[in-house]
Amino acid sequence: MAENIGTIFQWLIFLGMAFLSVLASFLVITRKNPIHSALFLVLTLLSVAVLYLLLYSQFIAIIQVVVYAGAIVMLIVFVIMLLDLEVELRSKLKIVYSKVIGGFLAILFLFGILYAVVAKSPTGKVGPYTPDKVSTNVKAVGEVLFTQYLFPFEIISILLVAAIIGAVILSKKRT
Amino acid sequence: MQLLYLLIEIIVKCVVVFAGLMIVVAYLTWFERKVLGHIQIRFGPNRCGPFGLLQPFSDAVKAFFKEDLVPERSDKVVFVMAPMISIIAAISIFAVIPFGNQFTIPGTEWVVKLRLADIDVGLLYIFGVASLGEFGIVLGGWSSGNKYGLTGSLRAAAQMISYEVALGITVVGVLILSQTLRLTEIVRLQEGGFWNWNIWYQPVAFVLYLICGLAEINRTPFDMPEAEAELACGFNIEYSSMKFALFFMAEYAHMVTMGALAVTLFLGGWQPIIPQLSFIPGIVWFCAKLFIFLFFFVWQRGTYPRLRYDQIMKFGWKILIPLALINLLITALIVSLKG
Repeated sequence: MAENIGTIFQWLIFLGMAFLSVLASFLVITRKNPIHSALFLVLTLLSVAVLYLLLYSQFIAIIQVVVYAGAIVMLIVFVIMLLDLEVELRSKLKIVYSKVIGGFLAILFLFGILYAVVAKSPTGKVGPYTPDKVSTNVKAVGEVLFTQYLFPFEIISILLVAAIIGAVILSKKRT
Repeated sequence: MQLLYLLIEIIVKCVVVFAGLMIVVAYLTWFERKVLGHIQIRFGPNRCGPFGLLQPFSDAVKAFFKEDLVPERSDKVVFVMAPMISIIAAISIFAVIPFGNQFTIPGTEWVVKLRLADIDVGLLYIFGVASLGEFGIVLGGWSSGNKYGLTGSLRAAAQMISYEVALGITVVGVLILSQTLRLTEIVRLQEGGFWNWNIWYQPVAFVLYLICGLAEINRTPFDMPEAEAELACGFNIEYSSMKFALFFMAEYAHMVTMGALAVTLFLGGWQPIIPQLSFIPGIVWFCAKLFIFLFFFVWQRGTYPRLRYDQIMKFGWKILIPLALINLLITALIVSLKG
């Protein structure tokens, strides 16, 4: 009985959050005001974080909140606040080509995801790290990250350092 | 039946923690004024009730009955939402703070653990929710359509991003020692007297935590977002009535949380000073230690002047972050050498 209630609750939360994330991400691209877009982006990221929680990945969920919803969107908001939004609203810039190209790319991406989900089943064989093990222990995530996936991890670090140095050089150039 | 009891326990704990936090926040404002008053050789609030003890209530009533203004040029929805984000984040951080060990209800076998949620990523949860709470301040200043408000929130965003980095790196030192993100585990590892507390193993991290913590909660040497003298109150300049009070409460609740986290990470949480004194309940120890930090936060406000904005940014990026990194490296080196 109790287990049944749990499953039903999980489904309800999943459906609610999935719907919310889709709705919020739709609102992200349709809002005129970029700050509102950024806020809906936060909502999207938070609802995706709840989906991670349903998959027993506490660590990923909370990192999603700290890094994306907290830090990155904060930087986006910071930059937007420095811009004069009313100029953008008044200019009535017509964007036709980018809409077509963007729409085409979006549909392509959708098909890519559909192919990945439908044709190639995403569930592989069960490894040593079951959801329960990863969910109750952040150490497990760290172990996998620094042994099995060390190379991709290092590559990402190098990319990030390159991006930081690039940003510093670009900003120093002007003065 | 077990499920029902559990539900009742959770609800009761939520209500008690919420009410307790609100009372602490209310009397923290009174305490701050009183201490600041005595530092500046005056009395502080002394009209409402004995020793001005009813001052927080009279403040609340006053805030409640003031006119609630929403500026014409403001972004109305965001303007109303901003204080809500602030207060919700400030309160929900407190969910993972362990303010005591467990006790058994007399006459039953029901064990009550004195914390709301004991999650595996407790420390990260605090940082996550705190970084969401910053949106309240930033959006509040932006949405009011006022140049002082905008400047305040720009400063808030820049300052919080900078000091959050240093704060995060600082705390990692404690994490390396305790090898867990679970706050109850961190407390349990500091068991057995004050010589086992993390403050002796991580003194640099402790000092850095206090400095960065002050910057995170926008206390005086770092209160750039609301610098009265230059920004006329900064991000909350257009706010009135309960919305202003919510910002105010969020700031003080955040202050309590920073103190509580410092107690948990560095001063052994609910553990007594020496094991012989463990007959005193853990929650008393926790509150006593928390009081030290709250007094410190108030005391230093009466002592230090406000820094300049560029000095704050320079201090954060060029001194605090390198120091935190060095501390982290040395801690990691010692821990790995000891095996």
